[in-house]
Amino acid sequence: MAEFDPHLPRPVERLAPIVVVGLLAAVPPLAQVLGDPFLIKVATRVIVFAIAAVALNLVLGFAGMVSLLQAGLFGVGGYVVAIAAHHIFEAEPIGIAGLAWGGSADLALTLPLAAVVAGLMALVTGMVSLRTSGPYFLMITLAFDQMLYYGAVALQKYGGDDGLQILTPLTLAGWDVSNRWRFFYFALALLAVTLLVVGRLVGSRFGIVLRAAAENERRVAVSGIPPYPYRLAAFVVSGAVAGLAGGLLAAGQQFVSPADMHWVRSGDFVVMAVLGGLSTVWGPVVGAAAFVVLELLLSSWTQHWQLVFGLIIVAVVLSLRGGLADLVHLLGRSGGAR
Amino acid sequence: MLLEVRDLEAGYGASKALFGISFDVGEGEVVTLIGRNGMGKSTTVKSVCGLLRPFGGEIRFRGERIDGRSAHHVCRSGIGLVPEGRQIFPNLTVRENLVMAGRPRSGGREPWTLDRVLAFFPRLAERLNNGGAQLSGGEQQMLAIGRALMTNPDLLILDEATEGLAPLVRDHIWKSLDVLKATGLAMIVIDKELDALIGFADRHFVVEKGEVAWRGTTAELVADPSIQEAFLGV
Repeated sequence: MAEFDPHLPRPVERLAPIVVVGLLAAVPPLAQVLGDPFLIKVATRVIVFAIAAVALNLVLGFAGMVSLLQAGLFGVGGYVVAIAAHHIFEAEPIGIAGLAWGGSADLALTLPLAAVVAGLMALVTGMVSLRTSGPYFLMITLAFDQMLYYGAVALQKYGGDDGLQILTPLTLAGWDVSNRWRFFYFALALLAVTLLVVGRLVGSRFGIVLRAAAENERRVAVSGIPPYPYRLAAFVVSGAVAGLAGGLLAAGQQFVSPADMHWVRSGDFVVMAVLGGLSTVWGPVVGAAAFVVLELLLSSWTQHWQLVFGLIIVAVVLSLRGGLADLVHLLGRSGGAR
Repeated sequence: MLLEVRDLEAGYGASKALFGISFDVGEGEVVTLIGRNGMGKSTTVKSVCGLLRPFGGEIRFRGERIDGRSAHHVCRSGIGLVPEGRQIFPNLTVRENLVMAGRPRSGGREPWTLDRVLAFFPRLAERLNNGGAQLSGGEQQMLAIGRALMTNPDLLILDEATEGLAPLVRDHIWKSLDVLKATGLAMIVIDKELDALIGFADRHFVVEKGEVAWRGTTAELVADPSIQEAFLGV
């Protein structure tokens, strides 16, 4: 469980998420100046993973539960967006419980739908898995993740193992989002909203109960509070936001694949959160950026990049107990000391 | 009666620690559970508070059975606990420790709010944004009591409330408890400081080997030194 340090310099805590979002916002103009549009693609990937990692941190860092289901819920969101677009392209309605829906290529509809479906999945799986804790919780969420993964592989109608390509141009309430700049800033706006919402939750009584239950749930219970509904609510919020992020990834790359639902991807989200710092809301954004950039740089350098990556993670975890966010805190403290 | 415990049997796994404890607490009354270490006082508290499922017997609060209920249900029914070892949340601030436990009270006594707790323990108001781990032992004890008060209990159970505290701090805690008693709050107090308990409580239950070996008023306890000698090793 993350230690919540109430003595962090307040301005640093308030400014850090704004600075992080501001730095990301500067990427498209920088890419334009450098003549390298690939940077926008990389930064978009950072944002999408950051949204999922920030959501995971609500459960992992603040509620103290290591979930390996995040990738499954992330993928569910992706498949909702891709399947809705696929049915528009095929001009073949989706039949659900006797009702026919023609599908949609409008992200204003399919992204919230992705969040709702992933949230419902999180509710059902959370009701079971949250009856356990520690390694049992980890194993159950891993099992659910793999069930979702193999469920996606079994969807032969939607590409099975090969994944599903989105062949219809996607829109956002009538806006064409194939423009990379436009899609980037839309994703960034969603990240900013996610940071704001998760930040408010963590600071509220709801968040206090989550953090307290992570320390000792019996003490919370003797204060008249059952931790279970709080944890379940956090799990559902986290899952819904992961679904939203998965929908964004599918929309951004016009493709969804079961590979993004594998439990190893869940492990990646855990690494992003730990690398960035579990005790802050914005730390996982830094972790996601470090993860994506290091993966890109190291894999272009050596095919054994994961070995080097592993060493870097070990070094960061051992030297900065609060993850990369600690660097910002150290800078803030030294600034405050002056 | 506010709380009635009848023939309570409880323990850990197959090991029985309570062999039919019976005691009661009236409205606004202060009682003590006294006895040597390992006699079953804390096990009794855990059973009453829903932290331990009893093997047998009955626990009634305001006439309603609460034995076997979960800890949060017991707390919501009106029983607050200041646990042994304080057990505050070290990674939460003082404010967060208190806010977390806050429950509204409808009717009856004046409700405990954050402001009222801070006025009751001004030291906590000074340390409001400090982490629990940064508090002294006495401050942690005040926080533990404040947290229990925030649940607006009708019965407050204090398990070793002054253990490990400096004499001056212990005096401060006892004075605070005197004020609470004056508000009409019923209490069960477990403590090793017999002199303070005698001056504070209305009735006493001596717990010996998982049973109540003696019960009586403060006057009866004071009048019979053999009780103190036999059961308390005083």
